[in-house]
Amino acid sequence: MRASGPALRLRWKTSIVGWSFVIVAVLMIAWFYFYPMIQAFILSLQTGTGSNLTYHGLGNYRRLFTDSMFLTAVKNTLIYLVVQVPIMVLLALVLSVVLNDRNLKWKGFFRTAIFLPCITSLVAYSVIFKYLFAGDGLVNLMLLHLHLISEPIPWITDPFWAKVTIIIAITWRWTGYNMIFYLSGIQNIEPTIYEAAKIDGASAVTQFFRITIPLLKPIILFTSITSTIGTLQLFDEVMNITQGGPGNASSTISQYIYNLSFKYSANFGYAATVSYSIVVMIILLSIIQFKVAGDRDA
Amino acid sequence: MLRAAKRFSMYAFLAVAAFVSIFPFLWIIVSSTNPSVDVTRGKLLPGSHFMANLRNLLDSVDILNALKNSLAVSVSTTLLALLIASLAGYGFEIYRSKAKDMVFNVLLLSMMLPFAALMVPLYRMFGRITNLLPLIGIDTLAAVVLPTMTTAFLIFFFRQSTKMFPKELLEAGRIDGLSELGMFFRVYVPTMKTTYAAAAIITFMSSWNNYMWPLIVLQTPQKQTVPLLISTLGSSYSPDYGLIMLAIVISTLPTAIVFFVMQKHFVAGMIGSVK
Repeated sequence: MRASGPALRLRWKTSIVGWSFVIVAVLMIAWFYFYPMIQAFILSLQTGTGSNLTYHGLGNYRRLFTDSMFLTAVKNTLIYLVVQVPIMVLLALVLSVVLNDRNLKWKGFFRTAIFLPCITSLVAYSVIFKYLFAGDGLVNLMLLHLHLISEPIPWITDPFWAKVTIIIAITWRWTGYNMIFYLSGIQNIEPTIYEAAKIDGASAVTQFFRITIPLLKPIILFTSITSTIGTLQLFDEVMNITQGGPGNASSTISQYIYNLSFKYSANFGYAATVSYSIVVMIILLSIIQFKVAGDRDA
Repeated sequence: MLRAAKRFSMYAFLAVAAFVSIFPFLWIIVSSTNPSVDVTRGKLLPGSHFMANLRNLLDSVDILNALKNSLAVSVSTTLLALLIASLAGYGFEIYRSKAKDMVFNVLLLSMMLPFAALMVPLYRMFGRITNLLPLIGIDTLAAVVLPTMTTAFLIFFFRQSTKMFPKELLEAGRIDGLSELGMFFRVYVPTMKTTYAAAAIITFMSSWNNYMWPLIVLQTPQKQTVPLLISTLGSSYSPDYGLIMLAIVISTLPTAIVFFVMQKHFVAGMIGSVK
């Protein structure tokens, strides 16, 4: 026992030094992430306007299921998710495979060009897209000029096309971003695997589905989860392109939370309840994605 | 023959993708030199209205003030974020223990919490402290920085990079009589320059482009950051397109410069974060 005295003291000392390195970060995360989440839960059990809140039990949670604005926002968000994420992932994968071709010229130019949308702020590109896709905007002008359409497409004013516009916009902004991750993954794949496949007579398409996609699975999973989290929080684009309109046709959950808290007469309690629905969805979808990816391992 | 066709379709595909990606940039640059009417008419050639647009922009909105606010927020967020996250990433990896690993895993959970879910309680929290500490309350730039400067992602990024850091250097420093903190600043920081560069780019860009939280917490026009200004301009009822396009070009310049100057670190940084 006596022998372990100084050693113990030394271990204590290193332990304290170690904790002092991480303490600021731990406190900041606790203060600005976990504490608000607890607050949000307490809030979600209350109702009222502004700071006049009274205990409401699970009333807010029951209200979710009959609130048509909330249900529309959830439906829209899921449409964006189910349509946009697969299109973008597939497009980014194909681009990265093509860009990885050894004999390709101007590789650097193509890569930079396709990545360039990522440097714009979400607000700036949303405003650009709003003008490009306006009824009398450049996209319609060009399509009319090329005789691809006979009358302007109501990109922003029609419930269906408004969603299409948002999906096109997000795909433009994020495909290059995802492509960079896949490119780095592909570069780590042994070229001999492809050579062997070629000798066996595998076509480019077979190679893509049988070699590239399985080997990139961890990265695809990572990007799908981050894209899912991003889409569930979609806000800047919808706010600046369609403002959720026409009506609520393109509104998202984040925008609904914002409106509940800062636009309509502030109902922080109910807004916090809607917030928790996003957390639950993120957790559920992440588990599903892990499961789907895990099953294909077998 | 088949080979040539395959080559051709490959280049055609890439050319279309590159064109679609670049076109909006060309359009805003060209449009910033044209009067509003020409922009609506779909003119795609540069004009001579650039100086007039610039004068109108400076006269109608205080974009210089917004740039100053954005710069203040982004630079302080980046410096603080790098300091806090690298200290933590280093601490978690070098002074590894079971308890710390557990705390680290709990921190990672915060990445799952969407900002949309945090904004209501955060807004109320800052509302409560505004009377007590007006310097970091609602409508201050500090209130923009505080909740956004520490992210589990950045701590994770530094911890992952620290795994590649040669630990023998620390032994050498210890023999030279450096203190624990001295070793961090004298040995670790200089060796990890590229990691810091990548982290700085990621943080600066996301801070420069941040919209939702500033929109909620900043209320007076004098405190507006660039994205708030662009959003206000974009939602005006009688927009002056030439002016707005110029404002967008100006707002994108800082991130464009950072990107082109540090492209290597940028890509390395993003990729490093997955490995």
